[in-house]
Amino acid sequence: MSQEGNMRRVTAIKNGTVIDHIPSGKALSVLKMLGIEGYMSNPVSLVMNVPSKKMGSKDIIKVEDRELTQNELDRLALVAPDASVAIIRAYSVAEKLEINLTEEVVNLARCTFTNCITTNHREPLPHRLVVTNRDPLELRCRYCGKTQDIEELVENLL
Amino acid sequence: MPGLITMDDLTNEEIISILDDAERLLPVARGELYLPLLQGRILGNLFFEPSTRTRMSFETAMKRLGGDVVNLGDVKTSSVVKGETLFDTIQMVDGYTDIIAMRHPRQGAAQYACDSARVPIMNGGDGAGHHPTQTMLDLFTIRQAHGTLEGLNVVLAGDLRYGRTVHSLSHALVRFGCNVTFASPDSLRMPEEIVNDLKIHGAEVVETDDLLSQINSADVIYMTRIQKERFPDEEEYAKVAGAYKLHARDLDDAKAEMIIMHPLPRVDEIHPSVDSTRHACYFEQAFNGVVARMALMCWLLGVTVPEDITSEGGVL
Ligand SMILES: [Zn+2]
Repeated sequence: MSQEGNMRRVTAIKNGTVIDHIPSGKALSVLKMLGIEGYMSNPVSLVMNVPSKKMGSKDIIKVEDRELTQNELDRLALVAPDASVAIIRAYSVAEKLEINLTEEVVNLARCTFTNCITTNHREPLPHRLVVTNRDPLELRCRYCGKTQDIEELVENLL
Repeated sequence: MPGLITMDDLTNEEIISILDDAERLLPVARGELYLPLLQGRILGNLFFEPSTRTRMSFETAMKRLGGDVVNLGDVKTSSVVKGETLFDTIQMVDGYTDIIAMRHPRQGAAQYACDSARVPIMNGGDGAGHHPTQTMLDLFTIRQAHGTLEGLNVVLAGDLRYGRTVHSLSHALVRFGCNVTFASPDSLRMPEEIVNDLKIHGAEVVETDDLLSQINSADVIYMTRIQKERFPDEEEYAKVAGAYKLHARDLDDAKAEMIIMHPLPRVDEIHPSVDSTRHACYFEQAFNGVVARMALMCWLLGVTVPEDITSEGGVL
C-alpha cells in the first residue's frame, strides 16, 4: 500500500499533531508516555502495523487540537526516538519538530527499586534516570544504580 | 562536589596514588609520628545504621591527622526519627563540617547526599550498594603483602551473593588484571550480572564450590561470613557452611606469601589456629582501614601528603 493510502486510513486533521514513524506496536506506549488517555476530550486516531517503506511496518498517531510541548517530545523520544512529529494547522504541516533523546531524564519516572533513597516522597531532589542504552532502552537510577527498561518506565511515570 | 561514592569515582592512577600516600602515612597511623595534615578540619560521621568498626576507623583516621570529629549520635534519639529528610540532615551537617562519612540503610543515599552537599561525601555503605573505603583498604592490604596488585590469583570465598564487600572488590581487582576465583555454595554464588560484567572487562573468572582445592594456587584468600539466616534450617546451614571454613592444617601446601583476609567480624569461618600462621592478615587489614581512610580524606580535601613525612612530622 502507498504512503498516501496510509494517511487515508484516518481522516486528515485540521489542527493538532501527527506522530509518524513510530516502531510497530509502540503506539500504545507512546500514548501512555504522553499521558493521552481515553477520557480526554480531544479526538485521537491511531493506526498500527501499517506498511512503511523505511521501517517495514509502523504505527501512526494523530492528536487533534493539541500541539505537543517540548517536555512531551522528550518523553516521546524514549519510546520512539526516530519518530517524526508534525504540527498541523489548517490542514497543512505548519512545523516539523525535532525529537532528541536526552542523556538523562529528570522527574519523568521514579526508580523501580523499593529500597532506593528516592522512595521517600519527602526527599526533595529530583528523580534522575540516566540513559545507559538507547536500543533497547535502558535507564539507570543516578542514585542507587538500579536499571529499568521501557516497560517498567511506562509503569513508573510520575 | 567530588566525593567517593563508588570505586568508579577513582581512576587506576588515582587508586595507586592514594595507596602510595597511605603507605607513607603508616607511621602516623601507628602513632609513631605526629603529622597534623588535617588540623582544624572537622569530619561529620553520619551513621544512620550502626557500624561501630567503620565509624571508629573514620574517627581514628581524622584524629591521627590532627582533625576533629562530630557524630550524628544515636539515630533513635536524633532528628531522623522525627522524620527529617536526608536532604535536610545534610544541609545542617554540611554547614558544620569539612567532610562527611556516612552509612545509610537505603541504596543510593550516598550519591543523593553528594548531590545535596557542598563538602565531600565518603560512602561508608548504602544498603546493599557500595562500600568503596572498604575496597581501598582491601587493595592496600593486598598490595602491601605482594608489592603489586597486578596479575594475582585471588580467591573470594563464602557468601558471594549478598556480600557487597566482595562485589566492589572483585570489580577493582579485575581493573588491575587479577584472576578471580569465586568459591561458594551454589545458593550463595556471585550474582550472574556481576560475573558477566567482569568477563566483559576481560577477566578470567573461575566459579567453584570447592574452596580447599583452590588454596595452593592462591595469592590471596578473601573469606566472608556465611549467615545462618540465609538457610532454611540449622542442619542445612551446618552442612553447607562447613565447607567454607579454614583451619591451619588446610594451609600446609599453600604458597609461602599467600594471605588470608576477612572483613571481620568472623564467626567460625577462620579457625583460631590460623591466627598464628604467616598467612593470617585480617587484623592487619582492619588496622589498614585507618591508614586508607587517612589517605582518602587528604585526597578528597586536596591536602598533599609530603613525600618525606619523617622530616615534616614530629614526635607524639
Ligand atoms: Zn534508585
